Amino acid sequence: MELRKTEMYSVQEMILEKKRKKKVNMEKIIPKLLFLTAAISVFTTIGIILTLIFETFIFFDRVSIVEFFTEAKWLPFASTPSFGIMPLIVGTLKITVIAAVVAVPVGLATAIFLSEYASEKTRRIIKPILEVLAGIPTIVYGFFALTFVTPVLRDLFPSLDMFNALSPGIVVGIMIMPMIASLSEDALVSVPKSIREGAYALGATKLETTIKVVLPAAISGIMASIVLALSRAIGETMIVSVAGGSTPNMSMDVTSSIQTMTAYIVQVSSGDAGYGTTIYYSIYAVGMTLFVFTLIMNLLAQFISRKFREEY
Amino acid sequence: MKLINKSHVAKKMPARLAVNTICKGLFFLATLVGLLVLAILFYRIFTQGIGSLNGDFLQNFASRKPEEAGIKAALIGSIWLMVVVAPVSLLLGVGTAIYLEEYARKNWITTFIKVNISNLAGVPSIVFGLLGLTVFVRALALDRSILAAGLTMSLLVLPVIIVAAQEAIRAVPRDLREASFGMGATKWQTILKVVLPAAIPGILTGGILALSRAIGETAPLVVVGIPMFIAFLPQSFMDTFTVLPMQIYNWTSRPQEEFQQVAAAGIIVLLILLIFMNSIAVIIRNKFQKRY
Repeated sequence: MELRKTEMYSVQEMILEKKRKKKVNMEKIIPKLLFLTAAISVFTTIGIILTLIFETFIFFDRVSIVEFFTEAKWLPFASTPSFGIMPLIVGTLKITVIAAVVAVPVGLATAIFLSEYASEKTRRIIKPILEVLAGIPTIVYGFFALTFVTPVLRDLFPSLDMFNALSPGIVVGIMIMPMIASLSEDALVSVPKSIREGAYALGATKLETTIKVVLPAAISGIMASIVLALSRAIGETMIVSVAGGSTPNMSMDVTSSIQTMTAYIVQVSSGDAGYGTTIYYSIYAVGMTLFVFTLIMNLLAQFISRKFREEY
Repeated sequence: MKLINKSHVAKKMPARLAVNTICKGLFFLATLVGLLVLAILFYRIFTQGIGSLNGDFLQNFASRKPEEAGIKAALIGSIWLMVVVAPVSLLLGVGTAIYLEEYARKNWITTFIKVNISNLAGVPSIVFGLLGLTVFVRALALDRSILAAGLTMSLLVLPVIIVAAQEAIRAVPRDLREASFGMGATKWQTILKVVLPAAIPGILTGGILALSRAIGETAPLVVVGIPMFIAFLPQSFMDTFTVLPMQIYNWTSRPQEEFQQVAAAGIIVLLILLIFMNSIAVIIRNKFQKRY
């Protein structure tokens, strides 16, 4: 046997030898380790859902679920507290609608300009600037809303309160605009050139081609981008905390102080509501409502882009 | 029989072209809105903050007097936070990406993980704060430490890193892998010595962008309970601390005019940090990214 080892040492045997020598088989352990890291993201989701459910249950032990959804007053700090989430939802929706009014037309027009009209050179200048706009921390936008947009708006409408829905709504709109512009542009660019050329051949102008041919073909991507951006607006926290005020109410007035779901969570967290109080658990019930809102919108966006996608 | 009434078309043509030109102008104006806002924002913050921005501002701790307030604790705190977030999120993110791109079979578990990641990316950051508060601060008793905040932030930016790393790994051509297998390398050897080195520029670019998101994020840290007013530097990962956006939030929400200038100075420091990180990402992207 000794002789054989020195004389007939083929490559094949070398490999076999090496395989035998290895005590730990990396090839079998590594995939399992990597699967564990991938499972962390699943555990994160499970953790979020369990956290919200458990703490929300404790909250509903103390406050009836019927009151939570039907009561029209959110007064957690009053001597006889009232926990009806509707005012917080109304505040959140006010911000979202104002943001949509700003972001959808501007974002969509930007997307159309970049994909249909702009030259390659212009695109290369404007797209990074939009990325910068999207990368600015929300606290900076909050500062901008409070110290610039609100004073400017108050010059225009003197009846506007220092804290109001209009200013943070507009700034949230500016914040989500790049998202609509960039995702919608992707959808527009992916419409094949041949379809546009078919329209030109029939004598359509560029605008007619865009409105009647390209937009309908890209509508699933555009709708999905809008829904995603609005979901972002619903979950936006710092802008509304800084510039929106902390007065939950049901009125449709945009000139007075409001409170959103996110701003309430921040108000309680940065105050000193003790661990274990009803107010402490209320942030989980509000967080749960917020989570369900954004989850439904994200699933809706995925559904739209899958269901209505035109395949070319 | 005439199919087209030429005079009718000719009569309508100037109006149609005019509408086309007008709309092109409108689309262009809308594009300018974004640029204009960015210019105003930078101009305002620069003019408000430049007066307070000096050596003392960088070296002083927070103070009740605006003229003595400084950003030292927050700046150092942000760096401590990054020291936790960078390795944790990169390790988990790249690991997940390798698994999904190289090992995962096409089955319901893989689909579930992928759907889960894209939904996780849409969860509001403040909800991650609630998770951090319950799991890291209370259940694991990490208290309001750098570690608790860092782990919360790592989970928040995880989807961003996963997606970036997946794209980078997917961009490595099959040929390289086949050549490596042909030389007798095992799958893990191929991944470690061929695929990852080729994908590292893309992974780093995505990682830096994710880190810059973690640096600018405020909401989850407010919920976790990171204090806004602190006058000492942390000594270990179990110490409490504050970060730039928290300090800026604290100054912004004070009523005095002077504190708004201090807040603007803090924002300039934050933006410089972000611009610095983003330029590194751009340099890596341009310098090291190979096109196959």
